[in-house]
Amino acid sequence: MKFLENYIEKIKPKFEKGGKLEKWMSIFESFETFLFVLGNTTPKKGAHIRDAMDSKRLMSVVVIAAIPALLFGMWNVGFQHYMSIAEQFTFLEAFGYGAIQVLPLVIVAYAAGLGTEFLFVFIKGKEIEEGFLVSGMLIPLIVPVDIPLWMLATATIFAVIIGKEVFGGTGMNIVNPALLARAFLFFAYPSKISGDKVWISGLDGSTADAAGKFTNAYGDKIVDGFSGATPLAHAASATENLDAFHSQISVFDMFIGWIPGSIGETSVLMILIGAAILLFTGVASWKIMLSGVVGGAVMGLLLNTFATDTNVYMSLPFYEHLMLGGFAFGLVFMATDPVTAAQTEKGKWIYGFLVGFIAILIRVLNPAYPEGVMLAILLMNVFAPLIDHYVIRGNVKKRLKRIKA
Amino acid sequence: MQEYLDIFIKSIFIDNMVFAFFLGMCSYLAVSKTVNTAMGLGLAVIFVLGITVPVNYLLENYILKEGALGWLLGQEEASKIDLSFLSFIMFIAVIASMVQLVEMIVEKFTPSLYASLGIFLPLIAVNCAILGGALFMQEREYTNIGEATVFGLGSGIGWLLAIVGIAAIREKIRYSDVPAPLRGLGITFIATGLMGIAFMSFMGIKL
Repeated sequence: MKFLENYIEKIKPKFEKGGKLEKWMSIFESFETFLFVLGNTTPKKGAHIRDAMDSKRLMSVVVIAAIPALLFGMWNVGFQHYMSIAEQFTFLEAFGYGAIQVLPLVIVAYAAGLGTEFLFVFIKGKEIEEGFLVSGMLIPLIVPVDIPLWMLATATIFAVIIGKEVFGGTGMNIVNPALLARAFLFFAYPSKISGDKVWISGLDGSTADAAGKFTNAYGDKIVDGFSGATPLAHAASATENLDAFHSQISVFDMFIGWIPGSIGETSVLMILIGAAILLFTGVASWKIMLSGVVGGAVMGLLLNTFATDTNVYMSLPFYEHLMLGGFAFGLVFMATDPVTAAQTEKGKWIYGFLVGFIAILIRVLNPAYPEGVMLAILLMNVFAPLIDHYVIRGNVKKRLKRIKA
Repeated sequence: MQEYLDIFIKSIFIDNMVFAFFLGMCSYLAVSKTVNTAMGLGLAVIFVLGITVPVNYLLENYILKEGALGWLLGQEEASKIDLSFLSFIMFIAVIASMVQLVEMIVEKFTPSLYASLGIFLPLIAVNCAILGGALFMQEREYTNIGEATVFGLGSGIGWLLAIVGIAAIREKIRYSDVPAPLRGLGITFIATGLMGIAFMSFMGIKL
């Protein structure tokens, strides 16, 4: 590491005022602070506390926490693919296949997003903000594997500009940029992000021959009767009871996550590892996670009590709701985003509860959307400032009373 | 009871005046600088909608609609009379008089709110959300006055939710480093669009 530090020190003068590459200072600085914590120390007088845990380090923790989900997602992409064509495969083959499918998404998301950010920094002449490190990691995890790369790039650029830069950059945005990118894809190109075919690599674009046998986009034969639908879609389409659904997929499957879905959202186990990292380092708020789970469970139980024979989907047990779809991923990585969540402690409880509650409500009661987590979090992002406002007002009132008393 | 609840929830979330129809935008944009004034205006809108929609419902069904004067002239005579071409002017008249009343009440009881709302309080009379409420009531053909009242109150609450939401966001981003050309209304429009995306979560729910 020492040689890197020396190198940076050596080229630094070029970027400083009056240097040859003065214009590129903001970009140089961003790389410098990404690699090393600045050597600032506190002044001799006064009580200034300095910590190496700046927002770049904070973001890196989230990226690390998302890596288990990413790795499992890669393996799962390969696993689902080989299952769909009934071919023998080894662990490495599945993982390698998935990596080839998933890595381009990660690279495109980072390239498009960081490119936009650097452009803005360049125009504004300010220091680079590091918020995109996380968004660039999360965006590939919440899209289906077969999403065309140009769509992903368009959505990422839209989210960075409209979701973040126009509000003044990292820390100022009102909605989560990664979720905004997904919402953009969802409303602009619905056929590529919902339905039964997009979740498994190669299935979208499959063709049928005269005998009704399907061949996928790579020319491999698809197993007869294979469905690439997500478990939620299965459960939603159940007509009489959920027995058929439960015989196909067990609670253990949901927990491990070898089921079709967006790349990073399927494995509750890996997400829990991520959650443990986030909670241990204190980056994410346990209050939001806990109250979100409670909110989802309450809504699930409420629906169970109102379930009838005509609406079987309502009788899906609440713990399965919590494990299916993007619930776990959204709650751990999206809802806890410290910028867009409620900032006050009491507000976090309310915010988290409503995220869980509304997510399950949309999922079950709104036939237009198979999944509600994305929209529930966006909705609560929008109302988080209002929650904070009233929590603060309440505190002010309480303190005023105390003074008078 | 069930249908009242359906209409109520539908008018707040699904057919939200601001996010589904973009009605009442002028006061929505102009008075949303602080949560407190937004709350005041929102309450005034709930009050006005809650009264004018049922009153207009009565007007519509007992005077204006074709054959509505049956209670006065007898079924046969009444079926020849169709006064529905007067509905706009009648609705506006009801709304304007109601707003006068609200203005007096607000001035009497909360002078500070009256001062901060300024011109936008009398302008509720031409707030398109209010006339929109009356016209939706006409178009959707609610079967009784109870449904019309619930619809009016629900639409008002939906509008209040929208304006206090955007006001809280505007308070939060007041010190953000928004690019100069977008400061003020520009960023408010973008934030409204983002709120609209979030509110799409409710569209499609069948009640």
